[in-house]
Amino acid sequence: MAGKPKLHYTKGRGKMESIRWLLAAAGVEFEEDFIETREDLEKLRSDGSLLFQQVPMVEMDGMKMVQTRAILSYIAAKHNLYGKDLKERAWIDMYVEGTTDLMGMIMLLPFQTAEEKKKNLDLIIERAKNRYFPVYEKALKDHGHDYLVGNKLSWADIQLLEAILMAEECQAGILSAFPLLQAFKGRISNIPTIKKFLQPGSQRKPPADEKFVAHVKAIFNF
Amino acid sequence: MSGKPKLIYFNGRGRMEPIRWLLAAAGVEFEEIFLDTREQYLKLIKDGSLMFQQLPLVEIDGMKMVQTRAILSYIAGKYNLYGKDLKERALIDMYVEGITDLRNMIILFPFSPPEAKEKNLALIMERATHRYFPVFEKALKQHGQDFLVGNKLSWADVQLIEAILAVEEKFPAVLSGFPQLQAFKTRISNMPAIKKFLQPGSPRKPPPDDHYIATVLEVLIE
Repeated sequence: MAGKPKLHYTKGRGKMESIRWLLAAAGVEFEEDFIETREDLEKLRSDGSLLFQQVPMVEMDGMKMVQTRAILSYIAAKHNLYGKDLKERAWIDMYVEGTTDLMGMIMLLPFQTAEEKKKNLDLIIERAKNRYFPVYEKALKDHGHDYLVGNKLSWADIQLLEAILMAEECQAGILSAFPLLQAFKGRISNIPTIKKFLQPGSQRKPPADEKFVAHVKAIFNF
Repeated sequence: MSGKPKLIYFNGRGRMEPIRWLLAAAGVEFEEIFLDTREQYLKLIKDGSLMFQQLPLVEIDGMKMVQTRAILSYIAGKYNLYGKDLKERALIDMYVEGITDLRNMIILFPFSPPEAKEKNLALIMERATHRYFPVFEKALKQHGQDFLVGNKLSWADVQLIEAILAVEEKFPAVLSGFPQLQAFKTRISNMPAIKKFLQPGSPRKPPPDDHYIATVLEVLIE
């Protein structure tokens, strides 16, 4: 049934943020139903709305979709952001898995102790500069195109921009050795739908602060 | 270029096992190169064969594919194990992601510290019987068909039977409350390609032992 997708999550980035990015980039308006209390979460569970009792959950096209990657794959394919054939999809998948791993590390930082945070921040910066960014810099260099795969905007580009911005929040000059990624960042940020998402007042969420961390821990009981 | 896919990994299950299962279920013969020294791993990195310096690596159709999910998605797409349309793919993806979460608990279990082992084992059992298996039991009961999605064998079915067998190795009676899954297990096990894979002498790997764990640690850790 038609109607805007409805996102069920807490009012913060977490695992839902990549979904917000992709919908926004695709120009798809969406609604958000925020989980504010443990009771909100329990209600979703007891209603049978959460296939594996977990969020994110996105109601769209008559489905209650869970599992971040499943949701993202569906949105990407539906909105022509998944390449033109199986091989392009394979490259997009590989690139996306890399940025997902990097962002996954960054996502955990606010929930760690001061000591773990320091150690992991160093690891994140090391991995970004030595493992992940070189791959995308090289890909752009090798084909000289504006986008990572198939000379066309795809899910891989959107996720890479998201990862770049998150990494820059960890270390401001993190792209200093990656001229093509700097240019990429500028280019993709200027795509109208993405430019709009990057402006204040959009549904993009801020990084987690201490208050939000406490809030999430209370809801999910950890 | 044509030729059999080549799987590069340790001589054990780990993150390559679902790939072995899926290729076998699709009736695709493959070759394997086993890593047992750090030198072999470092050479792969030096050669630029590992996009993110990680395994698994599968050489297939002219690509050096990494990232388990990307590899599995490609194989599923290529061999018609990914549903007939976007919505079936969405359902397969959701099921696969859930099973992957369960399987990751099993993959990581041998590497958990001794004091955490009992707790982690109990959690595997709890999740299998309360979070994951009930979903698939219900799905099969509701549509009454032989396969999870679209009345046709898919990646989700192959992944499910792999997970069932892996949990049964730790908890032989785990399916006692799940009659649909018991019948499913028998049915899928008897499909010719899968029956062949379940026989001795196939590329299927045994559960991890101390030697496997030692090899992984030696190869991956400096």
